Order: sequence, then C-alpha cells, then structure tokens
Amino acid sequence: MLSMQNISMVYRADLVETHALREFSLEVKEGEFVSVTGPSGSGKTTFLNIAGLLEQFTDGRYELDGRDVSALTDSECSAVRNEKIGFVFQSFNLIPDLNLFDNVDVPLRYRGFNSAERKRRIEKVLETVGLASRMKHLPSQLSGGQQQRVAIARALAGEPRFLLADEPTGNLDSQMALSVMELISEINRSGTTIIMVTHDPVLAEMASRNVHILDGRVSNGDQETTAEPLLSQVATA
Amino acid sequence: MFSYYLKLGLLSIRRNPLLSALMIAAIAIGIGACMTIITVNYVMSSNPIPTKSEQLFHVQLDSWDPNQPEDDGNFEPPDQMTYIDAMALMKAQKAYRQVASNKSSLVLEPQGDDERPFSVTSRNTWADFFPMFDLRFVHGGGWDDASDRNLERVVVLSKEINERVFGGENSIGRRVRLSGMDYQVVGVLDEFHPVPKFFDVTNGAFSDPEEIYIPFNVAVEYELPRNGNTNCWKPVDGDGIEAFLNSECAWIQFWAELRDNSEKQEYMAFINAYAEQQKELGRFPRPLNNRLNDVMEWMEDQEVVEDDARVMLGLSILFLFVCLINTIGLLLAKFLGKSGDISLRRALGASRSSLFIQHMIESGLVGLAGGVLGLGLAWLGLRGIEMLFGDFVENMVSMDWVMVLTAIGLAIVSALLAGLYPTWRACSIAPAGQLKLQ
Repeated sequence: MLSMQNISMVYRADLVETHALREFSLEVKEGEFVSVTGPSGSGKTTFLNIAGLLEQFTDGRYELDGRDVSALTDSECSAVRNEKIGFVFQSFNLIPDLNLFDNVDVPLRYRGFNSAERKRRIEKVLETVGLASRMKHLPSQLSGGQQQRVAIARALAGEPRFLLADEPTGNLDSQMALSVMELISEINRSGTTIIMVTHDPVLAEMASRNVHILDGRVSNGDQETTAEPLLSQVATA
Repeated sequence: MFSYYLKLGLLSIRRNPLLSALMIAAIAIGIGACMTIITVNYVMSSNPIPTKSEQLFHVQLDSWDPNQPEDDGNFEPPDQMTYIDAMALMKAQKAYRQVASNKSSLVLEPQGDDERPFSVTSRNTWADFFPMFDLRFVHGGGWDDASDRNLERVVVLSKEINERVFGGENSIGRRVRLSGMDYQVVGVLDEFHPVPKFFDVTNGAFSDPEEIYIPFNVAVEYELPRNGNTNCWKPVDGDGIEAFLNSECAWIQFWAELRDNSEKQEYMAFINAYAEQQKELGRFPRPLNNRLNDVMEWMEDQEVVEDDARVMLGLSILFLFVCLINTIGLLLAKFLGKSGDISLRRALGASRSSLFIQHMIESGLVGLAGGVLGLGLAWLGLRGIEMLFGDFVENMVSMDWVMVLTAIGLAIVSALLAGLYPTWRACSIAPAGQLKLQ
C-alpha cells in the first residue's frame, strides 16, 4: 500500500548538504499501524512529510496505493492528500477563529462535497470522537485532548486510507495521551492504515509494528510489537 | 466555494483589525484623491449633449488679421464671428438649423412693490436655439421665426427666474420688465445645466447658463449691453452701434445643425464660397481656413480640460500607485503571517490555485472596503474643491453613478493588483516547514 524504495532526501543550503534520509526503504501494508521512532534529527518528520506528499524527495521511488507519486504535479499531490491521507499534528493545528464544525469542514470543502454530505460526515466524525455536542465551540474553549480529538475528526472526515500522525500526544498529559491513543487504535481497528511518529517507546509499542530510524535509515528492520498488552499496561498505569 | 472564500476573507479581515484598517485606509486615501480629480476631469470632458453632439457644429470663419494671431500666438481662425458674417449666414439659412447668439446682462424689475430690481444674464439668440439644443419647457415654448423677424419683445425664462419672479406659476403671457422695457413671457425652461456650457465656451465653459433668453435682433435693435468677449483686429471705423456692427470685431457664437456628412460638406462648401466672396470685397485677407467642429471636437479644440487638470490627474494616479505600494507591503506582512494557516490548508488538500483564489478574494474585499471609504473621501475632496473655488466649479464637483461604480471598480482592481505578489509569495510557502514550526 505504501512502498518506499531507496528514498533519499538532501537539504542543500549554500555549501552545506544535510542528508535527512539515506536510501530509506519501507513497506506498509493496508490496515497496519506502524510507529516510527528515532532520536531528534534522525529523519522521522522528513519521512512523514514525504509520505504525506508535503515534500518532494531527492532520489528513490515512492508508490502510494500502487501509484508512483514521484512525478505528480502540485495539484495532483493536493488531490491525493485530500482523498487518501489524513494528518494529525503535535500542536493540533486547528484554525482558532473557526468553530469545531468549520474546522472539520476544511478538507471536505476542498473535496467538493455538497453541504448535506459535508454536514453528515462532520456530525458523524465528531460523534466518533465524542464531541458532537460541542460543534459550535471554538478550539480555545476545549482542553488539549479535546482539541486533538477534533484534529483527528478533521483527519477522518474525508475517510482517508492513511492517517499520518506526527507526535499526536506530544502536547498532552498522560491521561489525555492515553485517551487519544485509544482513539487512534480504534481507528486502526476499523481499517485505516496509520503511521505514527513518536519519541515515546511506550506509545510506539502500541502499534502493530515499529520502525526505528537512525541517521536517515531504517535501523531495526520490521519489528513486530505487542500492541494490545502494552495498551493495557498504559491503561492501568 | 466563492461564498466560502468570502467568509474566510471576512474572518481574516476581522482577525487583524489594525492591519486590515491600515490597508483599507491606504486604498481609501488613494482612491479618494484619485477619484476627486478623475471626477473633475470626467465632468469637464463629458459630452454635454450626447444625443446630438455629432450633428451640432461650431462655425468659424477666418476673417482675421493676416499678420497677427487672434489668440495664444497661433493663426487659428477666431472662435467668434463678426456681426456682418453672422447675419449673412443667418440670412442664407443653408443649415438645417442655425443660431447666432451672444450674452448680455440686464436688470429685471419685478412688479411687486417690495421686490427690488436685480441683475440677470441674458442669451440673445434665435428661434432655432431651443429645438437645436434640445431645451425642454415646463410652460409654453420658444418663440418663432416671425418673432425674430418682427423684433417682438418676447422672453423665455429659466425655471429659477420663473420661480423667483412668479413663484413657479405658469407665467406664459405675463410681462417682465427688463432694463426699462416690457417683454412677454412665451416659455419657461425646465432644468438646463449643460456641462461644459458648450454653446459658449468663449465666455466660460463651466459658467451657469443664462437666466433669460430674448431675440438677438431685439438685443441689437435696442442696443442692449454685450456682456462677453469682444475681439477686434481693426479699429472700429466711426462711433455708434452701426459702426460697431459693421466692424471686424468678433463677438457672436455661431452654431449650425447639420444632420449628416453630406449636409456638413455642403455647408463647408457654402462657408468657403462665402469667404471667397468676401475676399473679393477686400475682407478675409488670410488664406482660406474656415472650420466646422462638432461639439466634442470644439471642446477639444478649446482645451476645455486644461493642462493643469491633466497634470493633476497624472499626479493623483501616481499617488494611488504609492498607496498601492504601501498596500502591497501590508498585504505581504499579513499573508506571510498566515503561513501556518496556508500550510495547514495545503496539508488538508487545498491546491495552490484554490489558496490563490481565496487570498485574491480577500484582497478584493479589502479593495471593496477601501473603495467605499474612498468614495466618502472623494465626496469630501469634491466639497473641499467647491469651498475653495466657489460657484465656478459647482457643476464639476458632483459624482454620478458611473463615477461611483468607477471608484468601487478601481479600488477592487487596485487591491487585486496589489494582492498579486503577496498572494503568490504566500502560496509558494513550503507547507512541511511551516507545519513543523507550529
């Protein structure tokens, strides 16, 4: 479903070259929940940006859903992002002067759905994340955990094949982090493929597979994790 | 999506009220200054009689001194006509309609005991003046050719004078005493304020039209005072009115109505033949150089829109440009400040083109607000000009709906142009870097 072969990413600034990814290869199958770990500067976020078509890579081959995306135009990338990929960011990235309904509405607007379809989807996903009763609230009126739930709702509204999460619990306390992770696991169980970047090895273990990146390369191969027991451990902690 | 972009634009304007206010003010000041000057130029250069301007011709006969220019150092034919020539052309009746006219100042003596005499301006003209220049009447009508021939003391009043003297009543048949002589009222005009006053730009293209109209022959017969420009290239040979009328002094405006090109060519041939005939009699010493200019050609020839006004127009457009440069800077600051929002929308599936349209619509909204405020400033500017120059410019300082739409349109187009570069820069932001920074 997601296939990266020998992806390289080099940032060039005057005389300095920074290799963010070096011959990076990864396969992610449909329905998987993959966590990506690694120290700061190892290339985790660069990988996620390339996976989400937010950044062009320097070399290699990337197929998403069986389609080579390296030659897509900017507007084609936008369309693929809109239809197939949902993003969840560490700092939620909600638009402060739009209420929850309108925040979730943003990707649907660019998808071109009519207003009835948008309303149906927004109400459904806000119901899923437990915030249907607060759809007229502004983000500032919610807790951090609730804001991240709205961000997840926004990512899910378009029913994407992939959910890309960059440190989704990084700005949350442990209780809220747990609740958000439960939600993400639930989304994965319902069939959405999830790739989550995290610093936290405990959260990484909640995924079905962990990929460790070091110096722009996968350093641990494909390691199966023991997701369910760890999720139970966190839940009881 | 347009309504969605409008909503986002309004939200964005509300989100940064100070920056938005500065942008709107910059556009408003530019539009206000520009529209003030454009309005004056527009009125000055407008067609005062659009339905007939191509059929009405100002007639010039070059009867002037071969060695001296009449005006401004050039050897153009005089813009007015001598009495001898004007009467010859009137007598010939070669045009569909023709009128000679001049301006007088008379004293009107109201009938009421308490009313004091007051001065009125008079246009001394011929029966054709009224149908030729499309004047409309609220009571009665103009006089007829017989009145011209028979020296009948008849008068047409302007609406304002009829209001002042007769309280706005139907005054047809009533008598008005002008400079010691009674005249019978035959007509009361409806509103008549052509701008420019095309039929007599020599005596003020932007002055008010005359308050009363009497037959030209009556004015000559009773030696009513002339109140306008009189130019002579030869000394008057003798004293008295007869000597003056037979002199080479030009003081009469002459217009002909010619319905099509063939009539114009025939009339041109006629006045050239007349000039040749006069040459044989020892007049018209210059080479043949007679002119027929239609209304707009005559306005152009007479430089009704003065060079100063054109320079002011250029400066005001330059000022608008400076305001737009400021707006570009402010828009750039605003749009680059929204890089997080733009990157997020890109990540959520917005294409560059949809974000470009969104921000251009926001620029257009700023322009619309600036245009509305600019209209208010333009109105204040026009009132300022009116206060500065008084009645002289009264007719030039009003905005019609064309000018209102022009102001709004100019503001929106200006804002869109100003928004092009900031929008392009904002849409070129790499989303990945910005999302990481948030």
